[in-house]
Amino acid sequence: MKTYNNKAWLLVLPVVLCVASSAIVPLMTVVNYSVQDILGPDQKVFVGTEWFKLVMRDPELHEALGRQILFSAAVLAIEIPLGILLALALPAQGWRSSLALVLLAMPLLIPQNVVGTIWQIYGRGDIGLAGAALNGLGFDYNYTGDSMDAWLTVLVMDVWHWTPLIALLAFAGLRAIPEAYYQAARIDGASRLAVFRFIQLPKLRGVLLIGLLLRFMDSFMIYTEPFVLTGGGPGNATTFLSQYLTQKAVGQFDLGPAAAFSLIYFLIILLACFVFYSLLQNAGPTEKAEH
Amino acid sequence: MKKRSFGLILYLIFAILPIYWMVNMSLKTNEEITGALSLWPQHLTFDNFRTILTDPAWYGGYINSLIYVLINTVLSVAVALPAAYAFSRYEFLGDKHLFFWLLTNRMSPPAVFLLPFFQLYSSINLFDTHIAVALAHMLFNVPLAVWILEGFMSGVPREIDETAYIDGYSFPRFFVRIFIPLISAGIGVTAFFCFMFSWVELLLARTLTSVEAKPIVAIMTRTVSAAGMDWGVLAAAGVLTIVPGALVIYFVRNYIAKGFAMGRV
Repeated sequence: MKTYNNKAWLLVLPVVLCVASSAIVPLMTVVNYSVQDILGPDQKVFVGTEWFKLVMRDPELHEALGRQILFSAAVLAIEIPLGILLALALPAQGWRSSLALVLLAMPLLIPQNVVGTIWQIYGRGDIGLAGAALNGLGFDYNYTGDSMDAWLTVLVMDVWHWTPLIALLAFAGLRAIPEAYYQAARIDGASRLAVFRFIQLPKLRGVLLIGLLLRFMDSFMIYTEPFVLTGGGPGNATTFLSQYLTQKAVGQFDLGPAAAFSLIYFLIILLACFVFYSLLQNAGPTEKAEH
Repeated sequence: MKKRSFGLILYLIFAILPIYWMVNMSLKTNEEITGALSLWPQHLTFDNFRTILTDPAWYGGYINSLIYVLINTVLSVAVALPAAYAFSRYEFLGDKHLFFWLLTNRMSPPAVFLLPFFQLYSSINLFDTHIAVALAHMLFNVPLAVWILEGFMSGVPREIDETAYIDGYSFPRFFVRIFIPLISAGIGVTAFFCFMFSWVELLLARTLTSVEAKPIVAIMTRTVSAAGMDWGVLAAAGVLTIVPGALVIYFVRNYIAKGFAMGRV
């Protein structure tokens, strides 16, 4: 049982101050934009929910949202299981472990704009390794011309870039399981699968929750990589929500609708994260029984 | 066992090939990169690296990035440690709401939020300073740190705290001497993630700086010019951006792998 003690606020206060100082002013400014028509630096008209209605009716936004949901679902469905499998396969100690960890972490450290640029060359049929290899194997692969190829390239690039995040989190989580649990399982003669299902998975729930939420949020806001790789094309095949928003905000300089769009965007992410959070908090009865 | 190592090696090859291609590109001239497919440089050149390492505007970017990333990582982990302990051990007014609210700060799409950020940091005269970027990046790193650390702390049995208090440890002494070593895996992985997310973040860092604190990710965009793309220099810059983070993961790997050392209490 946790103890009820409001003095814990003292421990939390520095975090609240740090985060709130950067969070509140920009959020309120965006809320402010979203209910006004900004004609000039000193000319603003209150328009109420006008921008929200406008944005909600935008058919292009619906399409971008659909593509986005599909993309994030695919990202989660691949990266979470793959990350767990990698963490289970990683050697626990020794030079092999160090080497594998460093190699695994490398893609994470490359800035998104470089990732996009490298894959731009890497995927080309004439001068890129992956494109040339695929064409050599007889696939008609061309990410600049074919929508499906472009979409899959963005997906594979994201898997390459971000699966290590899940793998590292899960690896650290696995290492934090006391040896006694495994000994008990050995005495009981538990199978590998049973060890995974009843010891490892419940113990990993915390890190997997944060991993899942991070990957959901970041994939849902993916911008730089598809922008650099495909520019959103061919057609609109890889124009995800964030890029459509940026087109609105920067390209057409419609601050009001763009702000309303941002807030709706934010609320969608918030709602989805809350659902994931609640579902995963209540999953895993084995962990609950322990407290 | 064999099958699993095989799978791991296969994945590592998949992971390393694009990076190999980047290294390959960084050692070629632009003509060779865009000219024809070659698995290794036919005319090996170090000019791309020379461009970066001899121009203060280029290598200064790495120094600027390192400064704010290190400030950010240290501050984020330092404020997140006590907070994560509070969330994992106590119930208090609004605890669940506060915990979730923290994470909501990672959920705003940056495009429209950049302008108010610029205005905020300009109004307190922090524009174009390392500290401004470090503080702005805390917005997404502190919640991450609190969440990851809380997960690891909740894995530590509460009996350990109680035993330590009975033995006469004060809270700060218990926290530093006993508790922190127990969750070193969590701290290692948290520090690496704070480093990584701050290191690769482009939009905020670019918006909040102009000359003095301009980060490497922003300087890289100069390889795109009217004359076309300078692929080789960009690839070389990309190779160099991996180096500091790879060093960080190498140094924290022992903490990550050490895990839960119950026997030492």
